[in-house]
Formats: sequence, structure tokens, C-alpha cells
Amino acid sequence: MGRYVIRRLLQMIPVFIGSTFLIFFMVYALGDPVAALFGDKAPDPATAARIRKDLYLDQPLWKQYLHYMGQIFQGDFGTAFNGQSVTDLMASAFPVTLRLTIVAIFFEIVIGITLGVITGLRRGKSIDTSVLVLTLVVISVPTFVTGYLLQYVFGVKWGWVRPTVSPDAPFNELILPGIVLALVSLAYVTRLSRTSIAENAKADYVRTATAKGLPRHRVVTRHLLRNSLIPVVTFIGTDIGALMGGAIVTERIFNIHGVGYQLYQGILRNNSPTVVGFVTILVIVFLLANLLVDLLYAVLDPRIRYA
Amino acid sequence: MRGATHAKWAACAVAVALTATACGGGSDSGGGGGGGAGGIVSSSWGDPQNPLEPANTNEVQGGKVLDMLFRGLKRYDPKTGEAVNMLAEKIDTTDSQNFTITLKDGWKFSNDEPVTAQSFVDAWNYGADVRNKQNNSPFFSDIVGYEDVHPATGEPKAKTMSGLVVKDPKTFTVALKHKFSTWPETLGYQAFSPLPKAFFTDHAGWLDKPVGNGPYTVDSYTKGTGMKLRKWDGYTGADKALNGGVDLKVYTDSNTAYTDLISGNLDLVDDIPAQQLKNVKNDLGDRYINQPALIIQTLTFPLYDPQWGKEGMEKVRRGISMAINRDEITQQIFRETRTPGKDWTSPALGAKGGFNATLCGDACKYDPAAAKKLIQEGGGLPGGKVTLTSNVDTGSHREWMDAVCNSINNAIGEGPVCTVNPIGTFADFRNQQSAYKLTGPFRSGWQADYPLIQNFLQPLYYTGASSNYGKFSNPDFDKLVDEANQESDAPKAIAKFQDAEKILAEQMPSIPLWYQNGSAGHSERISDVALNQFSVPVYNQITVS
Amino acid sequence: MPDPERPEGPAMYDPVGPRPREAVSPTGQGGPMDLAVEGGESLERPPGPDTGPREKARSLWSDAWHQLRRNPVFVISSLMILFLVVIAIWPQLIASGDPLYCQLSKSQQGPEPGHPFGYDTQGCDVYTRTVYGARASITVGVCATLGAALLGSALGGLAGFFGSWGDAVLSRVADVFFGIPVVLGGLVFLSVVTSTTVWPVVGFIVLLGWPQIARIARGSVITAKQNDYVQAARALGAGNGRMLLRHVAPNAVAPVIVVATIALGTYIALEATLSFLGVGLRPPTVSWGIDISNAAPQIRNAPHMLLWPAGALSLTVLAFIMLGDAVRDALDPKLR
Repeated sequence: MGRYVIRRLLQMIPVFIGSTFLIFFMVYALGDPVAALFGDKAPDPATAARIRKDLYLDQPLWKQYLHYMGQIFQGDFGTAFNGQSVTDLMASAFPVTLRLTIVAIFFEIVIGITLGVITGLRRGKSIDTSVLVLTLVVISVPTFVTGYLLQYVFGVKWGWVRPTVSPDAPFNELILPGIVLALVSLAYVTRLSRTSIAENAKADYVRTATAKGLPRHRVVTRHLLRNSLIPVVTFIGTDIGALMGGAIVTERIFNIHGVGYQLYQGILRNNSPTVVGFVTILVIVFLLANLLVDLLYAVLDPRIRYA
Repeated sequence: MRGATHAKWAACAVAVALTATACGGGSDSGGGGGGGAGGIVSSSWGDPQNPLEPANTNEVQGGKVLDMLFRGLKRYDPKTGEAVNMLAEKIDTTDSQNFTITLKDGWKFSNDEPVTAQSFVDAWNYGADVRNKQNNSPFFSDIVGYEDVHPATGEPKAKTMSGLVVKDPKTFTVALKHKFSTWPETLGYQAFSPLPKAFFTDHAGWLDKPVGNGPYTVDSYTKGTGMKLRKWDGYTGADKALNGGVDLKVYTDSNTAYTDLISGNLDLVDDIPAQQLKNVKNDLGDRYINQPALIIQTLTFPLYDPQWGKEGMEKVRRGISMAINRDEITQQIFRETRTPGKDWTSPALGAKGGFNATLCGDACKYDPAAAKKLIQEGGGLPGGKVTLTSNVDTGSHREWMDAVCNSINNAIGEGPVCTVNPIGTFADFRNQQSAYKLTGPFRSGWQADYPLIQNFLQPLYYTGASSNYGKFSNPDFDKLVDEANQESDAPKAIAKFQDAEKILAEQMPSIPLWYQNGSAGHSERISDVALNQFSVPVYNQITVS
Repeated sequence: MPDPERPEGPAMYDPVGPRPREAVSPTGQGGPMDLAVEGGESLERPPGPDTGPREKARSLWSDAWHQLRRNPVFVISSLMILFLVVIAIWPQLIASGDPLYCQLSKSQQGPEPGHPFGYDTQGCDVYTRTVYGARASITVGVCATLGAALLGSALGGLAGFFGSWGDAVLSRVADVFFGIPVVLGGLVFLSVVTSTTVWPVVGFIVLLGWPQIARIARGSVITAKQNDYVQAARALGAGNGRMLLRHVAPNAVAPVIVVATIALGTYIALEATLSFLGVGLRPPTVSWGIDISNAAPQIRNAPHMLLWPAGALSLTVLAFIMLGDAVRDALDPKLR
């Protein structure tokens, strides 16, 4: 077990190098960012050339990459075009996004699994159909619309919450954005747990447990749910990174200055230090989340062991 | 506190439901104290693209701050656009080439350092020096010695421009490389602001908390989040701040800022999102501002491509212009925040400044039958097709491109001959544009740096000019512009520029689409809100009730 | 890594035959606890005689097919999909207009005779565009889902089944792919493409979509291969291929189907994100995704613009979710 974890952590090294290079290359492929810094006016050639030189953009790709990696090992992630260091940007964006992700995952787990268990046990009943309809709505209505409508109703019309999140982004202000962010994933979690539950509901151990006279809620939570969670846990593991890096729409609607926004800006402005820095951290988050998921497999299903 | 807020919002919600007017003012917005002269205005902001140096700021968000922090030799009157003396006592010249600038007494930076001739000369030399990588350095390129500090290649030979000489603390002289009669009028641009010594001695510290000579001082600045500016009581200018200060809050989406405005969390939004324009009159009533700015959007033809540039194609270019139903598009897509284009300048210049609504004439009027005929006479569209190109990462570019194409297609009536070529990032668009790779008409937006007709024509259509992306070249046009620049009498100069503009109307190197307005909305708490020609709110005039 | 030398399970049943049939008769419902599991959508399962293994030689998969044909959910969803496919191929059957003919003067107007769904911002007929949008959207949705599901479940399944270094390499590659932001990937890969067909978009979505399905498949396979009958089959010397296809895959496929059917909807919407960035489907292609993303900001002004393309998308997803449910049920002997 310990050796397994260490081996997985060591795998981070090639992934780190591979993903930084891949992303670095992709931003490079987007083209020269300097021309866009001058707005509607044509760039002054001498100034543009000097900016390129200072950013190492006049060097071949591999030299740029080596230079960048050299800086990273000195703890310098470079600067964004507005003069802010990428480390500063990450320090302000990641905590906010992490909180938002925690809220979203919390709702995915609580609401998603609850609905999944209920619908899985009552397949074909009206509650199942209603949840299916809600699922369809969530899938086909863009996040922008649900986010905007919820913000308008709760924030503007009824005034229950602040419509936008303040710069500190405390947990209580992130509840509504968290729900909006979780909606599409909720559809996945609900249907995944529904299917697993329905599949396992007829399994021997459930019959045995029921035959033993265990109370129903105990059968459901201890036996049925535990054995049905593996696909759900896998999905949530893959979702963590998607939620952290892809919350662009939600972050914009609620004015959250998080990872999605910084990443998006970095990409639109072809700023490789910002993009590579943020994506690298995201990839590490993925690795850790997936390691955690793999370890959870062994907890949920004792037959699975890691050597 | 929280409970009280709830109750108030609930009451507002009822009011909204009953009267369909929004609930704005009177709330605890902006975090500011009471009303009156001490009241604080909260306003939407975007992250400035570049560090907040005056010579490095060329967009509205940074410009907003500089407008509060700095006063230059001249300032454009927010109403008329006229360049009036601010720090300049007088600017004298006998030959339209050598100028003597005398400063007024009593001006100080907010750190008590007096503003002297040296403050200007140092700032301009800094802005011109290529080593400082300032976006706006070309603004100093008319001054003698610019090449020494800003060579096209290699290291600069000098640190200062020889054309700038300090005579005494109140006077300095400027030598230009050529005659430029309206040069003093350009001095209202922010790149020409003076800088205190602290800017050079503690640059990083200055960027964290800029110090200027304007009516406000920076109280705190959190990059990426916001800036708190407060009224500077020691300000000696006539345009003192009429409010206690301004809190700029960074929004990543103007729609969110708008939501905060109508829910009472924000006082001023200076960019109404396109999708809310249909409701804005309902939501805000007379608290909605929509006024012309010095911005024109055009479709420029790639004249370097013989398909479009060859003799006779001007008929096709005119035909395309006449196939665009500007009235309908500005009405339906932009909800009148754009005004149909009728010349190549902007109504914000005023008739006195050179705007002329008849200059483009019939060529800018929608006439599908004439359009079809002209295009046929000119030999038809190249390859039977036309493709419009623009970046689509900002603005409603995709929507108007679709609308323009539909308008052209409906006018010509030969199926979908017009298609759009959306480009994902502005950088990519700009790179394709400046590499002359585009083979069909492309968007060009132009925001004037100063309210002069010269700025709308010379940089865009003069042979070899920096922003002449279509490579338009016409000796008559160049000659008229040269003559106009040497003309010391303003009305005569403007008449010459308009003559040059008439050549554009014949040749149609670019189609005027529409003039872009500045739009803003504000809460009931504040009044006297206006935008200047650069669509930046005039913050110092805002009063808080 | 999962431990391969786990003790062999008891060889209680013929491990190479069809999956073990447990004593679950179709009339087994109403059992203890009323964990009743019906055919879904409250449609009654055909009651009566044993539908079990009568013809002995029938394989698992043909068994499933036999099962499927009798499932009304399957029949209904197939009919819906057939309808959608027909519309996608011949939109002019039910829409006579031109989806590209737009009159700006009608911008965002509501329904009127001949234009039952009203007009969008550009003044195009929403009904015609919704009908014509089916082709691109269904092609993108179905092909991308199939591609991502096949690639993802093949790679993920193999990784989960064999474990060891192959799993490590594949999982880490997937991690890197997860890390690529959609916006960046789209701008890089799709902006160089000039093709006006849907295939670059399909390929890109497959590229981004497979890691998620691979991880789901891998997780399911890791659990499924722990089952006693798999261990038993291994003990009796069944080959890897046979075990994977016969014993593991049918037990591991359910979560993949669930994720894939929902992903179908999100992929159709993802196409709109790409279009918004200027790298998705290009005009004159009409798609629900583009129309939905155009309608979204106008929700306060013209909700009808959103209603119809989003409704069509819902219907499509519903059809495939029902189909997925039916297929899954057919593959699960416990539910018979």
C-alpha cells in the first residue's frame, strides 16, 4: 500500500514534464501574443521586438521551454502581461476555486447520491420519471441560463443572497454558484448511482442481508450503497479537475476571480506563463484526485488490493 | 444588518414586481459612507491590460484610473471635446514646428512634489525610450531625437530626446521633426502626463500605489480585485472631485456588473452588456446613458490582394457597402448603441471638428437594387464569394457579422455568397491582419486618441501608415493630408482633411459600418453622470446624494 | 495493483458458459423489502412464461438482443431515434423553409402563421433551424459519443483488466489529457482546420472525451474482475480475451452506458462552446448547439429562442438514455 502510493507519487514527475511541455507547445502554437497588446493601433516594431526579446519569444521553442523550466525550479512562474506574477495569480485564484469546487462536490455527493438511491430503488415510479426530466433539463439548458436565472431570482428578485461573490469568496457566498456549477455533474452522479443501485438491488448479499432481518435503511446504506459507489466515486474523481479548471461560465456570472477566469484570460492573450502554471497545478490535482479514487476502490471493495 | 438588508431587498422586490422599475439606490452599496460631498461612488472596472504607466496604457480600463490620477498640459472638455489648457499656461509657436510650453503655478503631485517642466520632460523621455517598452511611445515620434532613444533596431544611443529642453522650472521647449499645426491639441492624451520623481526612484512601489497630480489619490490597490480612490483635498485644479472618492471593482463580465447595479450593489456600470440593452430603459429609465464616442467600426478591404484592389473593384466595394442595412442592424442587434456610419470620423468630433454626415452619401445608404447593379458592373464578387473576418473573443462581433452577411445575401439574392470567418483570439486576428494574410474584408475598429479628424484619417489610410492594414495608397489623399497638417488655420485644415476623406468615399478602401457609442447606467444614489469622448465616465463631476 | 494471485473461486458452475444465472425468476419481484425493479418507465414487463435460457446455445449477446426486442422501452426509444435520423437526413420532409434565410426586421419576434416557433435574433425561422440543426448536432453527438465510448472503454477496460505498467502509462496519459483546457485545445487544434464538415469537431471531442470514459470503464472493470465467477473462469484456464468479453465486459458496461448517454447531450452542447470560440462548426452548417448558445444570453428577451433547440436536444438525449437503459437491462441477467 505504502509502496503503491509512493510509486504513484513518483509518476508525477514524468507527467509534470510531459504536461508542461505539451501545454507550453500548445500556447506557442496559438501564435505571437505581442501584437494584441497594442489594442486597435498597430504595434510599434521596435517596442514589440523588445517585448519579444524579454519574454524569450524570439528564441526557438525548446530554448523557451528550457528557460521557463529553469525559472520554475527557482520558484519563478513568470508574469502575466499586466505585470502580476503568476505565483500571485495562483495564490489568489486557487483557494477561491478550491472552495467553490468543495461546495460543488458536496452538492454532487449529497443531492446526487440521494436522488440516485431513491430513483434506483423506485425505478419506473413517478419520482424516477421526474428526476429523469430534471436531468434532461439540466443537460440541455446551458449553465449560463441556469446560473443567470438562479442569480436573478435569488439574488435580485428575492434578495436571499448577494448576487455576486465578494473578493474574499467565503463559503456562504459560494452556495449558489456551487449549485450552479454542480448541476451538470449532478445529472451524471444521479444516473450513475441509480443504475448501480438498481443493478445491485437484486444481488445475493442484499437478499441475504434482508433475509437476516436487517432494517431497510441499514441494508441500503451499509450493503447496497457501499457496493454501488465505485462508478460514482470514479466519476467524481474525474470531475474535480473539470470543476476546478472549467468553471469559466459560473465564475463569470458570479464574478468569482478563480482559476477558470485566469486560465481563460491567459489563453485568450496567449500568455504561456499563466496557462502553463495553472494547468500544471491542475494536472497535479488530477493525479492526486485519481490516486485518492484508486485508494477508495480498496476501501469500498475489500477484494481490491494494492501491492 | 443582514436582516435589515433582507427586508429592504424584499421591499424592493415588491416594488419591482409592482412597478417594473428596478431597485437601485438608497442601499448600502459601495461600502461608502453617507451622501453629499463625502459620498463614495462604486463603479465597475476591468483589469487593466498593462501596468498602469501613462505611456503604457492604451485601453479604457487603465485610462479610467489615469483620468482620475493625472492632469496633463491640456484636457479635452468632456462635453465639447475641445482641448483646453490645464497645466499649460500657454503653448507658443511661430512656425508650427518649435513650441515653447509654459506651466501654470501651484500644481503639485499628491506627495507634495511640485509639477515642473522637468516632470514632463522626464516622463516623455521615459515614454519614448524603447528600453521601457511603453505601448504609446510612437506618440513621441514627432519629437526631434526620438530615433536616438527609440531606434528601429539595436540599442538606443541616448536616454533623452534632444528636442526637449528645460529652460526653467516653469518652461520647456519642444522641437518637432516637421510641421504639425495641431500638435498642441494632441497633448490632452494621457501618454503626455507628467510623472513624479518617485516613479523613477521606486518604480515597483509606484506601480503598487500610483501617485499623480489629479483630483484623486489611490487609497489602496489590489491587483485583479479593485482599487479605492479618494478625493485629494490638496488638489489645486478647477475640476475638483465633487464626491468623496471612487471604488473601482473588477468584474470579469459586464452582465454581472449590470446585475449588481440593478440589485443595488453597484453605482455605476460603464459598459451595458449587449443582451441587456433591450431591457435597459425599463430597468434604469433616465439613468441610462447612451452617447457618441470617438469610435468607428469599419470593414476594411485587403487592397493588397489584386482580387479586391484592382481597378474597377471600387464599384464592387461600394456595392457591398450599399447592401448593408445599417439602420436595421444598429436597431436590432445593437439597440441603438451604434449609429449608422455616414463618414470615416465620428459624430463625437462635432461638425466643427470635421464630422460630416453627408460625406459618404448614397454609398452608405441601404439600396439592395443599386448594390446588386454596382457589384455586377464591377465584375461581381471575387470568385462569387465574400468572407468577413473578425476576432470573436470580445464584443458582439459574431452577431453583427452574421447580420451583415444576411443583409448582403438578401440584397444580392444569389444564396449564401457571404460567409463569416470567426477568429478565436484577438492576437491571432491581429497577426493575420498585420501579416496581410486575409483575403476578404475584415473588421477594423478605431478609437481616436484625441478628438482630431487627423487621427481618424492619417494613421489608417495614409500610404504606409502604421494602422493601414488594407494597404490603401492614393497620392491625392496623401497630398491633401500633408497640406492639411501644415495648415495653421484650423477650419481650413479640417476642410482639407474632409477633401481627403471624399477620396475615401469614391475609393471605398473601407466601409464605414457604424459609430460606437459609450453606454452606461447608474444607481439613483448618484447623479451628474456623463461619459467623455473616450467613453470613460467623468468621475470627478459625479455627485452622491 | 490489483492482486492477480487471489485464491481461485469455487467452481460451482460452468464458468465458460453464459454468465451465471442466479435464481432470479422474472416473477421474482415483490420480493422482500420491495426493492422492485421493473422494466423502467413504468412499462409492464411481459408477464408469463419463462423467457430464460431455452435455446441452449444462445450466447450472452444474442440473448441480450432477444431480450431487447421485447422491451417496450427499447422499441419506443428506437422509434424516436429512427425519427431523428430521418429528420437529420431529410429535413425538408417536415420543414419547407430555408434555415439560412433571415430577415433582421423580424428579430426575436414570437410565433406567427407559417412560423410556429417564432424568430431568432437574426430573424431566422426557429422551426426551420431546429429541424435543420438535427443533422449536424446528431452527427456530432452520436459520432463523438461512439468514438469516445469505444476508445475510452477499450483503453480503460484493458488498463483495468491487466493493471501493471500498462495501466500506469494509460492513466497518466489520461491525466495529461484531462489537464488540457477545452478552450486551449479547441483554439490550437481546430483553428488550423479549414474543413467545413463536422469531422474535425467530432475528432476533437473524442480526443477530449475518452479519458473520462476510460476512467469509468477502468474502475468498473477493476470491480467486475473481482467477481467469483471471473476468478473461477481464470482458475479453469479461460483465456484473457474470452474472460474480458464474456465475463467482465457485460458486468462493467453499465456505468459506461450511463456516462455515454449523458455525455451525448453535453457533447452536443460542447460543440456550441467551440462555435462560440470561433473554432466549432462553420456556417452554413446549422446546429442546435450554435442556436442554444446564441439564445442563452437572450433568455430575458426571447425565451422562445432557447426553448425549441433545447427541447430537441432534450428529446434526443431522452431517446438515447432510454435506449441505454434498455441495453443495460438486457445485459444484466439479474434483472430478468
